[in-house]
This record gives sequence, structure tokens and C-alpha cells, in this order.
Amino acid sequence: MYTYTEFDRAFLAERNAQFRAQVERRIDGSLTEDEFRPLRLMNGLYLQLHAYMLRVAIPYGTLNPDQMRKLAEVADRWDRGYGHFTTRQNLQYNWPRLRDVPDMLDALAEVGLHAIQSSGNTIRNVTTDHFAGAAADEIADPRPWAELIRQWSTDHPEFQFLGRKFKIAVTGSAHDRAVTRFNDLGLRLVRRGEEIGFEVTIGGGLGRTPMIGKVLRDFLPQADLLPWLEAVLTTFNLAGRRDNKYKARIKILVHEQGLDTLRKQIERHFALIRPAWRGADQTHLARIAADFAPPRFRSAPLDGFHRARDTDPAFRSWTDTNLTRHRHPEHAIVTISLKPHGGTPGDATSGQMRVMADLAERYSHGELRISHQQNVILPHVHRSDLPAIHAVLKRHGLATANAGLISDIIACPGMDYCALATARSIPVAQQIAARFHELGLEHEIGPLQIKISGCINACGHHHVGHIGILGLERAGVETYQVTLGGDSSEEATIGERTGPGFSAEEIVPAIERLIMAWLDLRRNSGETFLQTYRRLGAAPFKAALHSRPQEVRPPAHAA
Amino acid sequence: MQRPFTPKVVTASDLLIGDVIYLAADDSWVRELSRAEVITDEAHAQLRLLHAEGQQDRVVGPYLAEVAIGENGPEPVHFREEFRRCGPSNLRHGKREHAERPAERSCA
Ligand code: HEM
Ligand code: SF4
Repeated sequence: MYTYTEFDRAFLAERNAQFRAQVERRIDGSLTEDEFRPLRLMNGLYLQLHAYMLRVAIPYGTLNPDQMRKLAEVADRWDRGYGHFTTRQNLQYNWPRLRDVPDMLDALAEVGLHAIQSSGNTIRNVTTDHFAGAAADEIADPRPWAELIRQWSTDHPEFQFLGRKFKIAVTGSAHDRAVTRFNDLGLRLVRRGEEIGFEVTIGGGLGRTPMIGKVLRDFLPQADLLPWLEAVLTTFNLAGRRDNKYKARIKILVHEQGLDTLRKQIERHFALIRPAWRGADQTHLARIAADFAPPRFRSAPLDGFHRARDTDPAFRSWTDTNLTRHRHPEHAIVTISLKPHGGTPGDATSGQMRVMADLAERYSHGELRISHQQNVILPHVHRSDLPAIHAVLKRHGLATANAGLISDIIACPGMDYCALATARSIPVAQQIAARFHELGLEHEIGPLQIKISGCINACGHHHVGHIGILGLERAGVETYQVTLGGDSSEEATIGERTGPGFSAEEIVPAIERLIMAWLDLRRNSGETFLQTYRRLGAAPFKAALHSRPQEVRPPAHAA
Repeated sequence: MQRPFTPKVVTASDLLIGDVIYLAADDSWVRELSRAEVITDEAHAQLRLLHAEGQQDRVVGPYLAEVAIGENGPEPVHFREEFRRCGPSNLRHGKREHAERPAERSCA
């Protein structure tokens, strides 16, 4: 992991002192809310429906055990003893008090964490593949570049007041687990001969006008990365619209001006600034990369692992769903599910955070990751350690065997917390998960991604859910609109709307009808929901959703 | 014909805590909707809102929220105001910590 230099620590301390003074001036009345708002947002502080909310950046989703323990301590000391992990690999505290926030930030700074640019019209926390450095299918670990981008973008004087926020995601694998196509700028490591470079996509985004990123460069030499990014951001800063907040993202610029025009402007600026980049960034990158050297993977007998699988069905089921292939054959990547059936997706208590920190220290070379699916990852686990890990997880309510299944739902905070929401999303997620658990069908259903947002801003990624649910208000009540066929992977697809929405009481039964109908439609038990949808199109699915409940036969598998 | 004025309360977020507060008739800020001043006159509503907006060092984002008059006094008309009155539905935090208060019992 990246280790802070004296410079980094001094920068963070100064920034926190600055914000402390701003908070004091707000409290004594010398700053109005209008003056204070952009300042607090730049430091991750929102005002939500019931309280302030502090969003802590977890750069590219990587944490060490001390950082996780600090997150727990801050939750206990200044919040309500828990945190909410988000789709942008951040952590949100839902109950901080204004006066306490500077102390919270100082505490976080002790372990190199901060909330800078986790909000506001700036370059946001860079996200990446949560399996980076561990995945078997990776060209290279993308995190050194992600860290380079973080350092370049943090407090970059030219990009503190952009027309709108700007999100960058990086992945090192062909299989895109970082949703790069739906970020303002997506970077995918590619190989050309001996050389490593980036495929650059631009103008992706969700929100009210979802768009898939378009290829701006099919091969950007990696030494050109920062000057190229700077050229993109300068172009956006100058040409992007500022007259209308809903048209201010770069996706609109790409859409209105066309990719070629934009590329020309970027290239012109790039030619201008490239000579000034003399290689200091590359020297620095080498120092960063050294911090990300892969751990030394050990070899050990696997008998215990196989024995546990043969004798303990719960362990077997958990290893079937929550493990991913590691680059080292005796190791595995473990997904710790923060989706207990009926729980709030992405929440972890301080106690659970400490347990995960201890497990990472003992069994995962001191590394934890936060996934955009709102789960926690132990990236480097030797398989012989899995039975011990599972036993600990079980004791702390963290052993739910559902990674990638129907109850592994992404949900934004919705109207339970968010001031912008038009409907709730958490209770819908809770009810769907509980219902399919009760039916005992999740494993039979197999891989299926449900994603729920509480308004059109799409923080819950509903456009790219295999099943997307969008909470809206219609005639004074919560209404849920369903989209189908979305995909956040390299096969980037925006889900299709299925017709009129459902009330809060109708939405869970509607999803149940949909799934029951699909179970009858699929070719065999190996065909996923998304595959059937692609094979047959929307019609039979829409029919199931909108058929009146009494016309549907009772579920064959109901308990 | 002019539409009749529907009853309102002044509501905002507390500057220090960030929680939902309401303006009472005695000019204090209270945490229960049931204790808020119910305003039935348009001109008076504007005056009360101005009064709230002048308190930059105490409240954030004051506005007029529509209410209906029920058994326990004012009740929210819109479901968003119901969530603001009651707190989040997934955890007993915020206003839900005080669900024992008689006037807030209606929060399930
Ligand atoms: C709770 C306070 C939050 C507020 C006020 C908020 C606000 C917004 C807004 C206004 C947008 C639309 C931006 C645009 O289209 O220009 C947006 C998009 C987005 N937010 Fe949030 N959000 C919140 C929480 C979250 C959370 C909890 C997550 C992660 C779970 C998240 C992740 C995202 C993502 C992924 C997008 C869509 C991607 C994009 O187009 O940028 N946000 N948010
Ligand atoms: S999608 Fe809407 S409701 Fe959900 S967190 Fe984003 S802004 Fe809030």
C-alpha cells in the first residue's frame, strides 16, 4: 500500500486546520450557509435529511487494518457505531455533528484517511477494481496509477471549481469490475506488444441521462497519462456547460459537440503542455509502484480446506459463492458480504469493522478492499485459512453466502437519509432479500444483480442492474420503476424501462413474479437471468411483471 | 378565484446537529412537529419564514412545509415530511430514538 511522505502528512494537517477554521467561522455566524456549503462539500460534508453526513474517501477502495480500525473508532466516538460503504468505494457516517467533524478528520488523518474531494465539483475519489493486485485475469495492478491520479488531482488548483463533478475509474483487467464505462473517464490497462498503456473512454455516466463511455484513445502510452488527463480536464473546464447543472457533466459535452471535435481540442491542448512534463511523474510513479509490490504468497497443504468443504454444508455454500479465483492457485479472494438477508446493504458496525481488520491482518497480508457492490474483500487468502476465517465471520454476522446473488443488492440511502431522494430504497432491498431467502431460491436463481436508487441521480446504479429499481414520487406516493437488462461490465448496457411503476406494496411481489416467470423461461439451470433476457428480449419479462397477481400460478418452489 | 391557503409550519435543519427542527409560536425551535406553530395565514407565513431566515447562525435551509390538522396537532401532508418527522425506517436512530414521546408514537 502507498505510504505517506512527510509532505503528504503536512498537506493533510494543513487542509484539516483550514477546514476547522471554516467550521468555526460558520458556527460563529461569520460565514453564511451559501458561503460555507461549497467549502464543506469539498471536504466531504453533506447536510442530509436527518443529520450531517461525512463521506470519507477510501482511495481506490484499498484499506489497511489500522485504517479500518480507525474507521471503527471514529464511528464509536463521534457517530452511531457503524458506517455505510458506498458504490464509489467510500464510507459514509450518517450522524456526525458539525462541531465534531474537524476532530473526526484529524483522527482519520492519523492513518492517512481524508474526505477531500469526496464531494463537490472536483475530481472525485478514483475508483478501481476491488480485486486489483489479486485477480487471476489482470494485466497489471492498476492501483499505482490510481494513486498517481489521486495525488495529481488532490487540491489541483485548476480543477477545484469544475463545471460539475468528474469521476475516474481504472481497471487492470479485460473483465471490467470497476464500471469504467459509466464514469466520466474510464481507463482500462491494455497491452500492445511489450508496452502497457490505457484504453481511454469518456463521457460515461448514470444519473438522469445515462450514457456509455466512448473510446477516446484506444492506446494511451502510460507515460502520457497525467498530461493527457490534464488536457481532458482543461478542455472540460473551459468548454463544459455551466448554465445548467443537469447539462454540465462531460457526457453532455461529448454528446453535444461530438467525440471528434472534443478529441481535437484535447489533443491541441495536450501538444501544448506535453513538453512541460519532463518525467518527474514517472520517477514518482516508480516510487508508488514499489509500495504496491505483490505480497509473497506461501504454499501449504489444502487438506483442511477440502475436509471442511466435505463436512460443513454452510462452509461449502459460502466457498461456492463468496470466493473468486486468485492469481496464485492456492489462494482465493474472499468477499465478505455486507448484505445479511433483511439488513441494510453496505452497513457495517464498528465491531464488524474490527473483526474484518483483524482477519485481514492475520490472513490477508494486511489488506482490505471495499467493492462497489458495497461489500468488503480480503484479497489474498490462502485456502487453508478459509475454515478459520469462515468461523469468525459466522460469529459476527458476516458469513452470508450470497455474493453476486439476488440478495447481494446495491441500494443507495434513498429517502431514509438522502435529502435529494424521491422515495426510499433500503426497505425495498431489505424486503426483496428477505423474501427470496424465505423462498429458499437464491442459489437456484444464481448470478443476478439488483440495483436500487432512490431518485434519478442513480447513485444505486439502477440503470446497470440486471434488474434496476428506481424510486420516484407519483401523485404523492412512492412509486418504483423497473428496468431490465442493464450490465455494468465490459458489455456495458443500459437497462430498458418496462412500463408503469409499482407502489411500495406492489414492488416486491412484482419482482417475485418476474423471477418465477424467468425460472420457467430459462433453457437450463446454467442460463443466467441476463442471458435469458438477451435471448428472448423484454416482452415475456414485461408480461410477467405486469400480469395481475391472481393470473400467476403459485410459485412451484415456495416453502 | 384564489386557492385557499393550506396550513404550514416553518421547518429547517439545526446548524450544529443537522437534525429536523420546527419553529414554535414562542420563537423557540422544537424537535417535535406536534409542538410547531401552525400557520394558517399567508402573510404571517412569510413573516415567520423571514424570521427563520434571519437566523443563519442557528438554522440551515428554513422553508414552509404543508401540514394537515390531526388529533395530535399538525401532521405531514407529504411522505418526505413524514420521514423528516420520524427518522429513518431501517434503524432506531435520529428521531426514532425518541419514539416514546407521546406525540411521536404514530411513527411506526
Ligand atoms: C447521500 C447523499 C448523496 C447525494 C446528495 C448524492 C448526489 C448525487 C447526484 C446529484 C448525482 C447526479 C450527478 C449528475 O448526474 O450530475 C449523483 C450520482 C451518483 N452518485 Fe450520489 N449522492 C449521494 C450518495 C451517494 C451514495 C451513497 C453513493 C454510493 C452508494 C453515490 C454514488 C453515486 C453514483 C455512482 C452516481 C452516478 C454516477 C454518475 O453519473 O456520476 N452517491 N449523486
Ligand atoms: S440516488 Fe438519489 S436518493 Fe439515492 S443517494 Fe443518490 S441522490 Fe440520494
